[in-house]
Amino acid sequence: MTTYAPTKPWQPTKVDIGKNVLGLLIALVVSFVVVQLTPMKGKLAYAGVLFISATVIQVGMKWISRGRMAAIDGLASSIAFTGSVIVFLPVVSILYTTISKGVKGLHWTLFTDSMENSSYLDPIGMGGILHAIVGTMYMIIIASVISVPLSILTALYLTEIKGKAAGFIQFLVQAMSGVPSVVAGIFIYAALLLNTSFRGSGITGALPLAILMIPTVTRTAQEVLLLIPNDLREAGQALGATQWKTVITIVVPAARSGLVTAVILGVARIAGETAPLLFTIGGSDKVNWNPFNGPQSALPYYVWKGLISGTPEAVQRSWTAILVLLMIVLFFFSIARYFSRQRMK
Amino acid sequence: MSFSSLAILTLIGSFLMLRGFQTFQSEGLHFITGFEWTSTVNDGVETSTFGLGSMLIGTLLISGTALVIGVPLSVLTALYLNFYAPMQIRKFMVTILDLMAAFPSILYGLWGYFILMPMAEYWAKLLYKYLGWIPAFSVPQPAFTRSPFVAGLVLAIMIIPIITSVSREVFSQTPLDRIQAAYALGATKWKMIKTVVLPFGSGGVVGGAMLGLGRAMGETVAVYMVLNIAFSANLKVLYGVGGNVASMIVSRWGESTLLESKALLAAGFVLFMMTLAVNFLANFIVKRAIKSGK
Amino acid sequence: MSDEMKDGENMSTANVTGSKALSDVAASRLRDSVPGNIPIGTGLEARNIHAWFSKHLAVEDVSLDFNAGTVTALIGPSGCGKSTFIRTINRMHEFIPGAAMAGEVLLNGEDVYARGVDVTKIRLKIGMVFQKPNPFPSMTIGENVLSGLKLAQLKVANKDDLMEDCLERAGLWSEVKDRLGAHAGGLSGGQQQRLCIARSLAVNPKVLLMDEPCSALDPGSTLRIEETIHELSKTMTIIIVTHNMQQAARVSDYTAFFLSDGGPGKLIEVGPTSEIFSRPRDQRTENYVSGRFG
Repeated sequence: MTTYAPTKPWQPTKVDIGKNVLGLLIALVVSFVVVQLTPMKGKLAYAGVLFISATVIQVGMKWISRGRMAAIDGLASSIAFTGSVIVFLPVVSILYTTISKGVKGLHWTLFTDSMENSSYLDPIGMGGILHAIVGTMYMIIIASVISVPLSILTALYLTEIKGKAAGFIQFLVQAMSGVPSVVAGIFIYAALLLNTSFRGSGITGALPLAILMIPTVTRTAQEVLLLIPNDLREAGQALGATQWKTVITIVVPAARSGLVTAVILGVARIAGETAPLLFTIGGSDKVNWNPFNGPQSALPYYVWKGLISGTPEAVQRSWTAILVLLMIVLFFFSIARYFSRQRMK
Repeated sequence: MSFSSLAILTLIGSFLMLRGFQTFQSEGLHFITGFEWTSTVNDGVETSTFGLGSMLIGTLLISGTALVIGVPLSVLTALYLNFYAPMQIRKFMVTILDLMAAFPSILYGLWGYFILMPMAEYWAKLLYKYLGWIPAFSVPQPAFTRSPFVAGLVLAIMIIPIITSVSREVFSQTPLDRIQAAYALGATKWKMIKTVVLPFGSGGVVGGAMLGLGRAMGETVAVYMVLNIAFSANLKVLYGVGGNVASMIVSRWGESTLLESKALLAAGFVLFMMTLAVNFLANFIVKRAIKSGK
Repeated sequence: MSDEMKDGENMSTANVTGSKALSDVAASRLRDSVPGNIPIGTGLEARNIHAWFSKHLAVEDVSLDFNAGTVTALIGPSGCGKSTFIRTINRMHEFIPGAAMAGEVLLNGEDVYARGVDVTKIRLKIGMVFQKPNPFPSMTIGENVLSGLKLAQLKVANKDDLMEDCLERAGLWSEVKDRLGAHAGGLSGGQQQRLCIARSLAVNPKVLLMDEPCSALDPGSTLRIEETIHELSKTMTIIIVTHNMQQAARVSDYTAFFLSDGGPGKLIEVGPTSEIFSRPRDQRTENYVSGRFG
């Protein structure tokens, strides 16, 4: 019995790969030479010339070996790749900058002090962001408490109950998802703070965040619920349960991790929101453990204030605070991905 | 319970309308078309003219710049990820894109101001030097920092994730039999993309671009940081002045008089209506593109 | 008879890997071991074709000669590898992630899998018509016919003449000559399929592969297409996969019977159509053509 091994004759051979590497090396040399000889300067110039020369060489090689169509195909794939690289670069830059600049402002009392007794202009070692962290924590908790039940119920209504108003509600959720954050802030201000005796506080700060959170959580929850196979629902109803009972006892537990993902995505979204807070949170420099009374702070607000103050110390504070904020957002982001991967299994 | 969404939305609209109504009453249509925004107090009497015109133009200018930069990059990335990238790179880039979507906008503002702006200034000067004869790229004075160009750049980066995501979804739904037909006729991968994928997906890309537009129009703090906000109807994208409605509201808020704050509320209402319209159109286009299969 | 087959299977040749050719003698003896496989000339020759989907072997050791100017029907129950086999001929099999193959496909004596071969050129010479008609919806009828030229950037002296010629040979000219500018989506299923045939003719293939081209069509269209196949076979080699045994009997000069017993698909018997249907040599062939299973 003869044995044939599976092969893939269409894949690039070692010779092909070698040619590509050679082309790349030539491109490196060319870009180095070009940059030395012309008035262009800087890392960007190197990178730009490198891309162009690498592309030209690869496309040229293809043209010689396979003709015009293959060369155009090669050009298209190079351009697509370049586009992706360009998209990738800012992310790297943002992460690198935030970490490198933010780290400089880390000190022991950062998490235990507030700005009650210091000013933004003081040297870095003084004061801290405790009030901002407490504030952000309150924002997240209050916004979630308000929006999560509403969102989940709305999602259940839209996917399970599908009542007569479903089309309209869907339409509204869609509309809400487009509300700019500043508009949500202004609305709460106009509704509760303008010409009233109320002043900005934790809860007024959290309300616009809840408005922003609802569409995110609702939409993700909907997607998650739609993935639950119908057999489960039919099984519940075959056992004689009403629709609501089926939903509560069977569908929701089955969708549990997905719903958690939806909530976490919503939290990640609003944890970093700044604009609405400027109108509604009051802005405090000291820790306020009462979210219902008295001005609050929050990490984004703290960052904002530092930027407005403008001095190098203040700006440094902003970088450090945004590093902390980024860590928090990334934390939620990773948890959400972890849960959604659990779901995939 | 879910009617709460209904309630909230209607409340937003009506409240802003009510509070800003005074401004509408005194200014009328002029609120939207006028270009002046002044408020003076003489002997306790406040006279004011509020016109959003320059900010509306600014909104369009920086959002338009963001689209011009962002859409091609998004489409290229979507094509690369769906048709060219090996599995590992695809997963990695998708994570990167999700990460981009999760970054707070104030972070983009900070980074945009301190890191991107010097580079953008350099590029703007280059553009001016070689392409300054085009009216859009000329400047009355050499002031290149905090220009609509920089704001457009930052916004482009912020909207790339959503446009890429929608484009990817539409491209992945290209009917396989058409793709096979093109290959069976001897097409290269690029020719196949050009003849089958792009015509099929163009509607979805447009929808995605409109979603990005909606996001860009409402962006506040990032724009505030990298743009010199002033009421000047500036169409010269490299010249350092401009604004959009959202950032204008924030910049005038701190010192606004009572009358002005009502005008700002009215401005918020106008912004709300604009983004609402764009988002509805966008969702409609995207749904239709994904469903119809042309 | 079955002893002969066993002999063939027990033939030990050198341990071969990849697409290295067997020695000619060994190759012809392997072919001869399959009942009825009289070498019927060159044109297109498949030697020892194996096809894998990742680890799963779908087609095992199929060798067939296709004489120029003949129609060969591939028959057999669903899932026995006929479609996979023809996709190894025009190198469409490799698009499936995880696909692998072994063996050779010789077009005019040259292996289409040889290193350095431009696969897009191969597909111009070996065309394919699919089960579900798939004209390009974004193009008009006329543009569809010429789309193969456009995809491969081929120049032709007179496009209109070519278009008319291809539509004529596909049996569609009289029905569409007045509406070449209409969109292809408005045609009936049978017309669309004939349009796809015309489209594949435009690039002048030597071989035309047809994967169950009539299974989605009504009997009237089916008959029209069978007439077309008969005409086309005067100038090219046609290989048609079909479930419909009557169609195979009507249309083909040679018939090859494939079967899979739960494992990989294998070629059981090949020969002139009349013999396969009236005096098949293998019991399984007889069972299938007399309808005892399938």
